[in-house]
Amino acid sequence: MSIKKKVLALIILFTLNFNSIQAIEPDVFVQSTVNRASQILSKNISKDEKMKQLEIIAKETVDIIGIGFYSLGSKRKELDNNQKKKYSKLFEEYFLKSFSSRLAEYTNPEIEVNNKEVLSENYTIVSSVLSGTSERPEVKIDWRVYTKDTKNPLIRDLIIEGLSLARTQKEEFSSILNSNDGDINVLFETLEEFSKN
Amino acid sequence: MFKKLIFISLSAILIAFNVNAGSDGELILKKNQPADVKDCFEKLNRVTFAFNQALDGVVFKPVASVYKKLPSPIKSGVGNSLDNLSSLVTIPNNILQGDLKKAGINTGRFIINTTVGILGFIDVAQHIGFSEYEKEDYGQSLAKLGVGPGCYLVLPVLGPSTVRDTTASFVNFMGGDAWYNVTVKNDTQYFTDIDYYSSRLTSGIDFRAKNYDSIENLEKNSLDFYASVKSLYLQDRQQKILNTNTVVDTQDDSDWEEIENK
Repeated sequence: MSIKKKVLALIILFTLNFNSIQAIEPDVFVQSTVNRASQILSKNISKDEKMKQLEIIAKETVDIIGIGFYSLGSKRKELDNNQKKKYSKLFEEYFLKSFSSRLAEYTNPEIEVNNKEVLSENYTIVSSVLSGTSERPEVKIDWRVYTKDTKNPLIRDLIIEGLSLARTQKEEFSSILNSNDGDINVLFETLEEFSKN
Repeated sequence: MFKKLIFISLSAILIAFNVNAGSDGELILKKNQPADVKDCFEKLNRVTFAFNQALDGVVFKPVASVYKKLPSPIKSGVGNSLDNLSSLVTIPNNILQGDLKKAGINTGRFIINTTVGILGFIDVAQHIGFSEYEKEDYGQSLAKLGVGPGCYLVLPVLGPSTVRDTTASFVNFMGGDAWYNVTVKNDTQYFTDIDYYSSRLTSGIDFRAKNYDSIENLEKNSLDFYASVKSLYLQDRQQKILNTNTVVDTQDDSDWEEIENK
């Protein structure tokens, strides 16, 4: 084997190894995300500070743009590029506030990942359980993880006791659009208003 | 007259929604897709929903906030007793759905829990290895027969439902619920109407207390609380009808696929 070929083989081997090292298993990804969130929630800091830190985690681990367009349903086909940009910005603000505000209510939640089911090359469902307390029963949470980029998996849905949050959000947006003759500007205003308050 | 009215309503719904006794799971899944359930009475539903929210604020929420502070064994005991009573509706529906094995298991569970479990307060059956209890009702049985949900309905006090489920619930008052029969319908010396209605009220409070934080959280973070509740209710019904623990949402990936292919 010539030197050139040896070098090429080494580069290929290195690249393959590097890629396999970088790939993150969806269940490990979910457990580490949950652990990071739990650490923040158990800190003795203000709710606003908790929300800020949770937003950072959400930006890194959730496919916010994908969920945004999924939530819009078929309406997304009618938007021009400017409207899409505006929507993505408004949706991200809305999502981060809604997501962090929901989570910040919990103090020290214990979530244990216990199973995963590979649905396809692109999707894995990771199953977990939120431990019950004296005030709340145990809750089953499934995480729909988008695994097309194995090095950078992203959460696309949370399914709580079989109920999909992405689907609920999609139907909520659809209801707002239907009640206002499909006017996207009304949805923009609603999202803006939520984020401001 | 009342019986005739119920019979006519049932017949109408069966014809209107094209009963197909041979429906398979896929067809049932399709018929019960939350997004496809029409909100024909939306204006009226929203008014009723607002009324229910007000009622919740005055009655259910305050009572549930006290109830959820009770010691866990009491709360789980009350929940177990209510589940035990509900098995009197679940068992005939297991039979109607052709699931004789589950009907047998649930009958055994009811006998054990009512006797050894002190009127259902302790779920002895689960401790000795019975499978997890799953409620069934007449709406689910009609759905299994292929009857579609019809329009979405919000009932005063009782909350979200569909035309099919509301119509089917009348079967409870026509002899389909043994607990109703021995408390309200027939004059027995052991039970009175109050026993039935107080069990229904407690069931509502128990549900509200179990979901106290989730409901508060959802209301606070929803852009349209009515639409969120409707979606969650219809998703839950779809799962119960299919008797599945799998994630129904994963069965329709078309929207996600379209986003990926852009």
